[in-house]
This record gives sequence, structure tokens and C-alpha cells, in this order.
Amino acid sequence: MLGTTFILALRSIRRHLLRSFLTVLGIVIGVAAVVAMVTLGKATTLQVQKSIASLGTNVLQIRPGQGFGRGGGGPRPPDFDPRDVEAIGKQITGVTAVAPQAQSTGTAIYEGANWSTTINGTTNGYFEVQPWALASGRYFTPAEESAGKAVCIIGNTVYTNLYKTRNALGTRMRIAGISCDVIGILSTKGQSGFGGDQDDVVIMPIKAVQRRMTGNTDVRLILVGVDQAYSTAQVQASITDLLRERRHITGGKEDDFNIFDTKQISDTLSTTTTLLTNIVTAVAGISLIVGGIGIMNIMLVSVTERTREIGIRLAIGAVANEVLMQFLVEAVVLSCLGGLIGLLLGQVAVILLSVLGQLPFIFDVQINVIAFLISGAIGVVFGFFPARRAASLNPIDALRHE
Amino acid sequence: MGAAAGSAVADGIPDPLIRLRGVTKTYGTGATAFQALKGVDLDIATGDFVAVMGPSGSGKSTTMNILGCLDVPTDGEFIFMGHHVESLDRDQRALLRRKYFGFVFQGFNLLARTSALENVELPLLYRGDAKAERREMALAALDQVGLKDWWDHTPGELSGGQQQRVAIARAIATKPAVLLADEPTGNLDSERSVEIMELLSDLNKHAGITVLMVTHEPDMAAFAKTIVHFKDGLVERTEAGHAQGERVG
Repeated sequence: MLGTTFILALRSIRRHLLRSFLTVLGIVIGVAAVVAMVTLGKATTLQVQKSIASLGTNVLQIRPGQGFGRGGGGPRPPDFDPRDVEAIGKQITGVTAVAPQAQSTGTAIYEGANWSTTINGTTNGYFEVQPWALASGRYFTPAEESAGKAVCIIGNTVYTNLYKTRNALGTRMRIAGISCDVIGILSTKGQSGFGGDQDDVVIMPIKAVQRRMTGNTDVRLILVGVDQAYSTAQVQASITDLLRERRHITGGKEDDFNIFDTKQISDTLSTTTTLLTNIVTAVAGISLIVGGIGIMNIMLVSVTERTREIGIRLAIGAVANEVLMQFLVEAVVLSCLGGLIGLLLGQVAVILLSVLGQLPFIFDVQINVIAFLISGAIGVVFGFFPARRAASLNPIDALRHE
Repeated sequence: MGAAAGSAVADGIPDPLIRLRGVTKTYGTGATAFQALKGVDLDIATGDFVAVMGPSGSGKSTTMNILGCLDVPTDGEFIFMGHHVESLDRDQRALLRRKYFGFVFQGFNLLARTSALENVELPLLYRGDAKAERREMALAALDQVGLKDWWDHTPGELSGGQQQRVAIARAIATKPAVLLADEPTGNLDSERSVEIMELLSDLNKHAGITVLMVTHEPDMAAFAKTIVHFKDGLVERTEAGHAQGERVG
């Protein structure tokens, strides 16, 4: 019997093709919107997580001052001392590596080519905290680190601009007025999540940068790698205690440094994007309900308009359930067809928007299946009332209907 | 067979196809109640061709609705092939219609924008016949009404007479026991009307289908074997039709 009603439903849809299409337009748009929003939301979350991950996972960044954009007035809090770095490495449990950082800028020159870049003074710990492979060459030796020798590891952008494709290892370039041996070239890391070119950098032993460029032993930034087995919050608390003590901050005084937990930021941003995705999806979901009401509306009109047809069917010997099923199946087939068109449209929207928004393209099977099932369910829910009305018609009255 | 059908009350006849006993039908209740049938007794034998005549409001349409199992009597008995139809529910009556009845209406009542073949297939579809069988039976029915070559035309592409033939094909596709025709020639000119009546007579004679027809026109009633006259909700009189005379003579 279901096969028969299915044939009848398809015939009826075919007979009113334009109307059928207009009827399901709401479902088409609703499904497309839901699929596109959820998929793009997931892509955005993925993108954000990737950006944060490029900062290194389980990394704490310690800076003087009170965090982003705060601590406006008053004297600038002092930078860290190299001994602070040492203390963190030795006294805090759960720390895998510590890397101090002193930054400067300067122009790198090699055989007439010059390139203005960032000079990053640090230790080998830097490459442990946020793993960064070498394309060629080597990292610093302990001797180079302790003596602060003028050696440098260059980023890919610097390499390309100074050397094109020539060999750089073992050459001597000039950077910020001093000459320096190139011992390594880093692999390409690409843009950071916040837009900067991470490969536009020259990395030197921190002592070399301090002595020959900044002229002091201040450490502007400390990167701390946290063991996966330890909670970053706990390590962060221990470091805070240690640094307060070392920087003589007592009682209720606020910290004059801040610790930035990449994992925490990542979680916060993920939560935010997920929340936004959910809100937009809910709005799109409303259009699905509106689409369902559209189907009910047209089905009711259709039942009235086809009253005589229903009369004929009943007279010929259709039982009430068959008429009910016919209209119900018609509504479900309609809404499922609308759902399918919506899925296709949704994919097109996802492809276009991910290209425009430079988001990774993902195909989320789950949301497609769910959206399709919902479109079918809408057909059942909103098709039932008109179908029941059709089935309850009196054949004599229905036949007389003009 | 036909000879017995004419009598309004024929208790001596063992097994009429249709038997109405004291059938009343009241519409509405209380002060606005209207009694359309006031106690109709009628027997119709298998193979008869009955024309039902009478002025508007005489109860002939109400009787036809009851005979077609589309409506139930308020009171009284309607026995069809041994079934007490008055005690059947909606769906049971639908199944009875599906199996034993074919309907032809004044306004043809074909599905618009649907080919003649699909229209004729409709009752077979509800019977659950397989596709090939359905098609074969529908084409056979169209052949019987002389429209085999028009199977793919929609009602809009057919003349009134042709539409009524398609409707008759639909009614006989399931090989029903009874064909109910409600003013089948009401919308047709006299030439077309005669053609339709000849077709119905032919189906009655050669396919053995019992035909019940409501008509206003004595010319059309003349094709019947039996003519039943209704007046004021009662059977006024029953007479032998032209066909009956032909047959007897």
C-alpha cells in the first residue's frame, strides 16, 4: 500500500510542479542555511584552533605588565632577569622547557641584498617549547649560547629575500651592524593566526642580542613549555607565586606581570565560536519551521482545491487511511525533495563562503544527515493535519464540491 | 431475472442482488430535520438495468447514494450480496465499493491533467494490482469504450462524450458487479447521449454488469429494463422499460 501511495504522491507532485517547488522553497532555504551555518561554524572553530596551535600548545607566555591593554598609567614594570628564567626552569615542576626572549629589529645584509626583520634572542629551549624544525643546518651549541656568539638561524622569508636560492649555511651576513655566521635555516611556518609572517625572523643566542644590540640583560618574554601530564593552570599558579616572590610583590598588590595560557585562550575562542555557530544555526532553524508552516498552508489549500479529487478517490473505494497516507506521503516526499535541494544548495554556499573567507573546506556528514531527517520530520508534522482533514471528508459532499 | 426486479416488494424472490427494506433517511435534527426518504422498499436483481426517475427532491439521489454505499440509511435495511450495509463502517463500505461498484457521474469527475490511462488505472491502483496487470486491464477497459487509441490524452484534450467514456472505462476496469450512473448524459448533447446509453446497454447485456442509473430524460430511461419512479421520498411506481419489452418481446 505504501508503494501505491508513493506513486500517487509523485504523480500529484509532478502535476503541480511549479507549486510544489514554491511550496518547498522554505525548506530548501532552511536546510541550506542550517547546513551552511553549522559547517562554516565548524570550519571557523577549526581555523581558530589551528591559529592558536601555531603558538604552541601547552605554552605559557610570561610578559611584564598587566596583560593586554592594561596597566596604562605609572612606571613601566621592569623586564625579567635571566635568573628568573633559570629559577622557573629549576624550581617549577611540570615544566618541559623554558626560553627567554629578547627582541630587537634591524636590517640584514648579504652581498648587496638587504632585508629589514625582527631579531629574536633566545636559547635552544625556544625550539623545544614550540617545536620548529630546521630546513637545513643546526641549532645553537651550548658553547655558542653561553658565550653569546654571533651565530644566527634565519627564517625562510629572510633566507629567500637575502639569498634567493643560494646556499646560506656557513656564509656571513650582517645584521643590525654586526656580522654573524648563518648556521641554520628554519622550515616554513607560514602566517600566524593574527596575521604576522612567522618566517620573517632571525634567531640568535639571547646573550649576543643583549650584549650587542639591546645593551642590557633584560628578558622581555619568557616562554614556558608545560608537560602534558600537568595542568597549565597549576603550573601557572606556581610560576605566579615564584615571580611575585622574586619581584618583591607582597600582600594584596597586583601582579606586575601576566601569564598568557594559549590553551586557555584556545578554549575560550572555541567556546565563543561554538556559541555563535549555535545562535546562527538556531536562527536558520527557525526558517525551517517557517518552511514547514508553508508546506502545511499549501497542503491545506491543496486539500480544499482537490476536494472533488478526494471525493472521486473515496467513491472509487479508497479507505480513509489511504487518502491520509496519500497526502501525508505527498507532504513528506515534498519536504524531503526540498531537503535534498537544500543540502545541495548548502554545499554550494559552504564552498563559496569557505573560499571567500579563506576557511578550510569541510564536509560534515552528521549535519547533512540530521538536516535531511529534520526536513522529513517537518513533512510528517506539518502534513498530518491537512492529510487528516482530507481523509475525513464525506465522499458525497466532496463529489458535489465545486 | 429481470422480470422479478420490477416489483417494489418481492419477498418471494430468493436472492436479489440489492434489497432495501423500510429505508429512511433524515438530514439534520429537531426543527430543521428533513426526511428525504420515508421508507423505501426496493429489490434489484443481478443483470438488471434500472433507471431511477423522479422530480428534484423526490429522494432518488439519496437512494443512489445509499445504493452506492456512499451513505447509510437512518433506519431500515440495505442488504447487498448478503452484506447488511447499514451496519458497516466507513472503511468497510469503501472496500465494498472498491470490489463491487463502479461510478459514473454527470460531471465525469476525471482527474485533471492526468492521462486517460492513469484515470482508468486509479481504482486498480487502490486494489493493489501490479503495474503490468493494471496497465493491461486499464487498456482493455478503454478498448471496451472505444478509446484505446486515446489512452495518453488528458481530459482537457477530450470531448465531453469521450470524457464520459473514459469515466465509464474507469468504472468498469475493476469488473464491478454494479455500475451506478448519476445522470450520465446530463452534460451531453442528444447524439452523444444515445452513444453513451448504447454503451451502458451493451455493458449490461454483454458484460453482465447490473446498471443503476438516475436520469431526468424519458428518452434515456427508455434504454433501461426497469424504470423506478420516485416521489416525495417513496417509490411511486415501477414499470418495465423499453429494453425490457424488447427482451420480453
